[in-house]
Amino acid sequence: MSTSRIIDGVPVQEHYRDVDHQFVSAKEGIWLFMVTEILMFGGLFVGYAIYHMKYPEMFAEGARFLDWRLGFVNTLVLIFSSFTMALGIYFCQMNQMKKAVWALAVTVLCGAIFMVIKYFEYTHKFHMGIFPGNMLNLPFLNEHLASIGEKPVVSSNLGLYFGFYFCMSGLHGIHVLLGMGLITWCLFRCARGDFKPNYYTAVEGVGIFWHIVDLIWIFLFPLLYLVG
Amino acid sequence: MGHAPEGSNYINVQKGLWSWLTTLDHKRIGILYFVTVMFFFLVGGIAALLLRGELFAANTTANVGQILANGDIYNQVLTYHGAIMVFMVIVPGIPAILGNFFLPLQIGAKDVAFPKLNLASWYCLMLGAALAIATMFTTRVDTGWTFYTPYSIRTGTAVSMMVVAAFIMGMSSILTGLNFIVTVHKLRAPGMTMYRMPLFVWSLYSTAIIQVLATPVLGITLLLLVMERAFGVGIFDPKLGGDPVLFQHFFWFYSHPAVYIMILPAMGIISELITTFSKKTIFGYTAIAYSSLGIAAVSFFVWGHHMFVSGQSEVAGIVFSFLTMLVGVPTAIKMFNWISTLYKGSVEFRTPMLYALGFLFLFAIGGVTGIMLAVTAVDVHFHDTYFVVAHFHYVMVGGTLMAIMGGFFYWFPKMFGKMYNESTARLSWVFIFIGFNVTFFPQFILGAMGMPRRYFDYIPAYEPLNRISTVGSWLIGIGFLFGLYTIINGLISGQKAPKNPWGSKTLEWEADSPPSVHNFDHEPVVTAGPYEYK
Repeated sequence: MSTSRIIDGVPVQEHYRDVDHQFVSAKEGIWLFMVTEILMFGGLFVGYAIYHMKYPEMFAEGARFLDWRLGFVNTLVLIFSSFTMALGIYFCQMNQMKKAVWALAVTVLCGAIFMVIKYFEYTHKFHMGIFPGNMLNLPFLNEHLASIGEKPVVSSNLGLYFGFYFCMSGLHGIHVLLGMGLITWCLFRCARGDFKPNYYTAVEGVGIFWHIVDLIWIFLFPLLYLVG
Repeated sequence: MGHAPEGSNYINVQKGLWSWLTTLDHKRIGILYFVTVMFFFLVGGIAALLLRGELFAANTTANVGQILANGDIYNQVLTYHGAIMVFMVIVPGIPAILGNFFLPLQIGAKDVAFPKLNLASWYCLMLGAALAIATMFTTRVDTGWTFYTPYSIRTGTAVSMMVVAAFIMGMSSILTGLNFIVTVHKLRAPGMTMYRMPLFVWSLYSTAIIQVLATPVLGITLLLLVMERAFGVGIFDPKLGGDPVLFQHFFWFYSHPAVYIMILPAMGIISELITTFSKKTIFGYTAIAYSSLGIAAVSFFVWGHHMFVSGQSEVAGIVFSFLTMLVGVPTAIKMFNWISTLYKGSVEFRTPMLYALGFLFLFAIGGVTGIMLAVTAVDVHFHDTYFVVAHFHYVMVGGTLMAIMGGFFYWFPKMFGKMYNESTARLSWVFIFIGFNVTFFPQFILGAMGMPRRYFDYIPAYEPLNRISTVGSWLIGIGFLFGLYTIINGLISGQKAPKNPWGSKTLEWEADSPPSVHNFDHEPVVTAGPYEYK
């Protein structure tokens, strides 16, 4: 039965001894959940590794259609957002809640910038007829390439690369959106005065999630954009 | 909540359906799982009886003994039998019902680490199950529970919906596992060291590790299958250079460890039953505890034995064959320790013990035939025959289901505060045990004769053994009806159960029957191991 009592001004569920006991348990739970996230992406990374070994030239050709500059900007944006997320947690610990709210707001904003850039990347590809897998319109794409004076596509199975591209970056994008939602939730709770220097579990947990999402992107960027 | 009044327990503390649907009490959540999983078991069981009924007679074209209209319907019933029994019965069965109820009690905790997450995991299972059952009213699914590509990509049936359902149920499994790991790490009572934990807790802990590490891989595999169906991403599609066999690799990377998600907690129950009803300290506590972890570790490296005929390399086949046989080592350690515990113990043949002994007998057959199948040369002959069907039913039904029944009767007095009727309970065991052997032993022979699995019909030469097998399935059905009767009868008119009817030494028996909302009146302080019988 889970009922809470107040210890040191913090609601502590009955089955925990004290504030810290509750905090470290929650944190372990979050870390375990992160393990599952990494293993889930792990499936995609393994698939990527296998097919990259089989068709290295196809992956190289696919990366040609990705703009590494946009990917690089996005990488910087996410790394910066990880920094502001960490700042948010730091300010919570220091009891500077106004600054914490600002730090979280900047983090959400960075997430939004990332998604906007991603949106332009996706739509640009759709315009060229680039879709995942069987939906990739190769004749249309070649026509487009001819019109701008570039050489046509060699790999007949380019769609497989974009199957990976859209699955990996898409699943990552969903996580960014989820993270933005969760950070916004923390932001509102922080502004409402829910958190204290000895109680900021939600910010800490969401922070760990956000760092992992960033970390996954740091692997995706070279694998997808720089592989050529 | 202040101090509960005298005589109040977790069942009567609040009334009404709503109080159950919103409960955060691990014991009540265990009961929620119990009711729903029993319902799924009924559905999956009816499917099994239909399949066996159809196979009662060969040559269905002559309309003799034809129960299902055609092969398509047979394939669908087969898929639902497998998917329901795996994802909705055996995987959640022990951890979510008995684990939820007894893990906190056995380590002296007031609850699991994350009670809200615990309830959320039940709702995940419900949502997934609702979706899965809803597919029955659409185009249905005919892929078998394994969803092998390329057929699962091409078939026009409701595969995507079923796969999403399995994904959500996987989520439920992950949340339960995560909750249990943190509970074991953080919520043990003072003095409850890791080596004083009951072996059921050790087995749940090992299971939870597999749930957390393996299930996400199933998650991504199923998502990719949905993507494949929706957008043709090509990863499992040979047309784009993708590989359908990769699906098998991914699928079994989860689903083989999942086999141990199903069997490890069962082994934990058996450890409890054997020591309690022998009135003797368990033999080789540490060896049993570590063998659970050992099985969990090895389980991640044996998936290729499902794929000996899939075209994987011969070297891979040999390595997987060797690694698979390795599973036999920790498993045998458990078996021999249980048998050594029985030796010179004062064995009491109560119903739970009968189920435990049944487990030893059946699981030995299931395990040894597993080693046979691990030999590549043998497997090439037996692959996709009834020999395999018999093997995994001996492990899953003869092992896990026997343990669930044994564990359930063992803890029934604690869960509901009433005693069950010993003679009807024993009768259920007799029918299930005999029925089980009558059903599945002939399938070993059928498999050796070459009868392929998953077929709607067969040649007349297979008919006599199939008839025996079908009759056996009726016996099992009758056995479970007796079991159900025993439960209902016990709930209505069972005698009041004492705190510790079996004289067990583990901590849950120090709580009231049924336990109070807070489990224990005072936080227990543990000063001795779990099985210190004099």
